Amino acid sequence: MSLFSVFNVAGSGMAAQSTRLNTVASNLANAESVASTPEAAYRAREPVFAAVQKQLGATAGAESEGVRMLGVTESQAAIPSRYEPGSPMADADGNVYASNVNPVDELVNMISASRSYQNNVEVMNTAKQLMVKTLSLGS
Amino acid sequence: MIPGTDNLFGIHTKALDVWQRRTEVLANNLANADTPGYLARDVDFRKALATATGQSDGVTLDTDAPGQISTAGQAGAGLAYRVPTQPSMDGNTVDAQVEQAAFAANGVHYQASLSFITAQIRMLRTAISGGQS
Repeated sequence: MSLFSVFNVAGSGMAAQSTRLNTVASNLANAESVASTPEAAYRAREPVFAAVQKQLGATAGAESEGVRMLGVTESQAAIPSRYEPGSPMADADGNVYASNVNPVDELVNMISASRSYQNNVEVMNTAKQLMVKTLSLGS
Repeated sequence: MIPGTDNLFGIHTKALDVWQRRTEVLANNLANADTPGYLARDVDFRKALATATGQSDGVTLDTDAPGQISTAGQAGAGLAYRVPTQPSMDGNTVDAQVEQAAFAANGVHYQASLSFITAQIRMLRTAISGGQS
């Protein structure tokens, strides 16, 4: 029954979006982290999604079956440096290197991820209702 | 679907199959709403139903040698690409609002097919019990 696969599809979508929320939380938590070298500074992370393609010879249905995470990318934006000689993380010149997290980007990402997650939940709810109605057929 | 009941419920069991498939396709679109380069798909209901009821004049490939793969009932067969209403930077053509509307309509259509089948079952029950329920 293909309605069952809707659960898998929506479930994969929810998993992907919750990973995205997770990276947003990590980015926002580390927005003010400092490091003593630019290499060690925290870089904003973002997951990359890809559609899961069905194998050749699969039975009728959608072409793809859900979404998966290819991996997590790190932002290549410039790492800002600040002159804070009093900081324990300061290097020899008294500079600390902050993260390149852009809080505005992260908040937008958070709203988008949350909405997409809700979409998937609604899809799952509707599929469940349709299945229950199919089960009570004829009564 | 249960074999032998197709004549009882007419086209509705086939329609139910197509609506079910469309549910899956639309769920896929919504799950991939943030996937870069994903192209939204949809089922052409008229074509899909014609294929399901054998009224389609579509050409299919013969599979007369072992190892050849039949194109009938293949995943992705009969699916069309949605024409995007607005371009997006990452090449994704899923418009969440459009998909949500289509998904809602699809659910209602599915329930309509279910009610037709339910009505048919009630009719059969009446016929079996002779109207004495």
